Amino acid sequence: MSNSILTDNIKTIEFDALIVGGGGSGMRASLELAKSGLKTAVVSKVFPTRSHTVSAQGGITCAIASADPDDDWRWHMYDTVKGADFIGDQDAIEYLCSEGPKAVFELEHMGLPFSRFENGRIYQRPFGGQSKDFGKGGQAARTCAAADRTGHALLHTLYQNNVKEGTNFLNEWFAVDIVKNSKEEVTGVIAFSIESGEVAYLKAQATVMATGGAGRIYASTTNALINTGDGLAMALRAGFPAQDMEMWQFHPTGIYGAGSLVTEGCRGEGGYLINKDGERFMERYAPNVKDLAGRDVVARSMVLEILEGRGCGENADHIFLKLDHLGADVLNSKLPGICELSRTFAHVDPIYEPIPVVPTCHYMMGGTPTNVNGQAFRRINGNDSIISGLFAAGEAACVSVHGANRLGGNSLLDLVVFGRATGMHIQEELKSGGGVESSSKGDIDASLERLNKLNESTSGYETASVKRELQECMQNYFGVFRRGDFMEKGLNELAEIRHKVDNLHLKDKSSAFNTSRVEAIELQNLFEVAEATAVSAFERNESRGAHARDDFPDRDDDNWLCHSFYDPINKKVSKREVNFAPTKVDAFPPIVRTY
Amino acid sequence: MLTNQLEVSMYRYNPEQDEFPYMKKYKIEKPARDIMVLDLLHLLKEEDESISYRRSCREGVCGSDGMNINGKNGLACITPISSVMKKNKIELRPLPGLPVIRDLVVDMTEFYAQYEKIKPFLQNNTTAPEQERLQSPEDRDKLDGLYECILCACCSTSCPSFWWNPDKFVGPAALLQAYRFIADSRDLETVERLDALSDPFSVYRCHGIMNCVSVCPKGLNPNKAIGEIKSMLLKSKKNIITSDGTN
Repeated sequence: MSNSILTDNIKTIEFDALIVGGGGSGMRASLELAKSGLKTAVVSKVFPTRSHTVSAQGGITCAIASADPDDDWRWHMYDTVKGADFIGDQDAIEYLCSEGPKAVFELEHMGLPFSRFENGRIYQRPFGGQSKDFGKGGQAARTCAAADRTGHALLHTLYQNNVKEGTNFLNEWFAVDIVKNSKEEVTGVIAFSIESGEVAYLKAQATVMATGGAGRIYASTTNALINTGDGLAMALRAGFPAQDMEMWQFHPTGIYGAGSLVTEGCRGEGGYLINKDGERFMERYAPNVKDLAGRDVVARSMVLEILEGRGCGENADHIFLKLDHLGADVLNSKLPGICELSRTFAHVDPIYEPIPVVPTCHYMMGGTPTNVNGQAFRRINGNDSIISGLFAAGEAACVSVHGANRLGGNSLLDLVVFGRATGMHIQEELKSGGGVESSSKGDIDASLERLNKLNESTSGYETASVKRELQECMQNYFGVFRRGDFMEKGLNELAEIRHKVDNLHLKDKSSAFNTSRVEAIELQNLFEVAEATAVSAFERNESRGAHARDDFPDRDDDNWLCHSFYDPINKKVSKREVNFAPTKVDAFPPIVRTY
Repeated sequence: MLTNQLEVSMYRYNPEQDEFPYMKKYKIEKPARDIMVLDLLHLLKEEDESISYRRSCREGVCGSDGMNINGKNGLACITPISSVMKKNKIELRPLPGLPVIRDLVVDMTEFYAQYEKIKPFLQNNTTAPEQERLQSPEDRDKLDGLYECILCACCSTSCPSFWWNPDKFVGPAALLQAYRFIADSRDLETVERLDALSDPFSVYRCHGIMNCVSVCPKGLNPNKAIGEIKSMLLKSKKNIITSDGTN
């Protein structure tokens, strides 16, 4: 058709650094860059404070030694390595835990309204998987909190400070695809203004994917509707790899039916899970720490209770989270947001009744592989090779600090520590003459193809129904428990869905605030992430962290103490070694993981 | 109309096609269970792809889907249809007082400009300690009811004073944030913040109509914060007069 968008007809807007995504990691990176004098912009498909970071509740885990003056980042590191079931990179985890306090204190200086202890220091609460003295000193309280609205407080604080520093925001602009030159360097993205429909080439020397997770690949998720893995999908389509994509965290406590998150902080404050007999069943599965075991352990225990007929409710298909014994004062002061959500979405008041909950897809441990500077890489002849111009941070990235299972409160820390590190590195790199070569017209035209195809579609499949099909497929075959033969069925279904996703029909071709166009592209993004997940899950023949195989119930360190590395070009998974070389401490060797 | 049918009357406007906005009626089967207005919109959008609205978290914390539901501003995602339905009818309009981009999507530029005007960030030029700045729990409690604002604009767009002077009256949402920083023991610019609000429009155009309080989906009270600002302004004025008198 003649109305195709070509490079000649669109504007090129040039920046030094372009950050795709206005959540916690994106705005922490932009804040670093805004102060540097480099021409920086954040392109976000929603106004930044609508990003999913806003939904984080319980807190940001960090050894700031407030609740316990003897707390030590090395203990946090040990917990994180163990929580990750030993496939987190220890150099990155060391960086996360040791740099963490600096990053958290910076947030406080920026104005984040943390809750406080009597002595005026930041309030910290216990979370799952936390210990003192390398697992030998009992439960730690290491999660810094602003009541149960820590993500909201953090995101607004970062936005406020970006306003202060004068960051450029391209709000309600939607990035469609990566532009890369003939040397396979990333030179920016194609994006359009959702408000006007105007398409532009956003050219940059450094492009940071800070686009968050993709929980919407599952039918039941705590994630916002906008969590469609846009950055990761763009990278996959550009032929760049993804790491550990089989590792999806199912949060033990999503509100039954609605999916909204109920923070682990509820159990940190003393709440616990009960089955239909009123039994505190986690005592059987994790005798030492009970309800504060790793999330993967708690989620699996809950599913087993339900499968064995001890679920609650008419259909025996959920579990109760009991909080009423904490009393109205604690609930109102420490967990006010949870009380509000429960009343709205579960029609129960936690002051008097338990909340019906069920394990719900929550977090993508995998993502675009990066080093601690946020630089994305691929593998060439078995070695990591930096992709010039491409960076990733936060949930979109796999640096990898979460390995096979993320600990509660570590995601917010990941955002600020690696958003900051990425910003610092880009500054250094660009100021010392780094950068990328320009893309040709042909390169840019190539990145416009998908948008053109959708805009020119005259028949095909409907976004809403194909999305449902995809989400059901992932939920049924790649959920909390997985099995080879089921996954094979799922992979076959995905092959059929691929055809539909590639042939969507956009009926409404209008320009102004056409959310149907956005949703169609988001579905294509979800599909790329789902496929990477499915292929990787099928390959890993063991159970580790969040990846639980009925047909391979044990951890297999001989064969799988490694990352899975997904190549989107041939859809094959290879293995990549885990880093066991931190610089300030000795590495923590793999041990049997019990709680 | 059949009792198992729900009639939704929706404000529609697409600048590329419509000279004027109009109300369009949709009839759908009433869902078996109570759903949120946002779920209702999803159902309608599956039938009519051209409907446009904002949404993100779908749990009342991101502030994307503020709209006017049967005459009252609220968040679609936490408003059950049972709570607003009148004779099986629901009317959906964009937030009032701001320019409409399309359908239920408004242009929030003026709203955000007022927010930026109050310098919505902590100001403290003393050298930061190596650790956190200390704050007593009592001082921190003063921020409760203020920092939780989600910038949904339900309050400011229900305020007749904001409709009248969106460029000069700061509006309830941004004034709530102005007070959030005034009330913060760590912020040292209280005098400047008050000074910036002391003209006849910024805060004094609030006439205590209280629509802001009645619509806030987070149960916050901008009117109270505005009252605090006004009484602080009054006190600071008195002080100036006294010091002038003694000079």
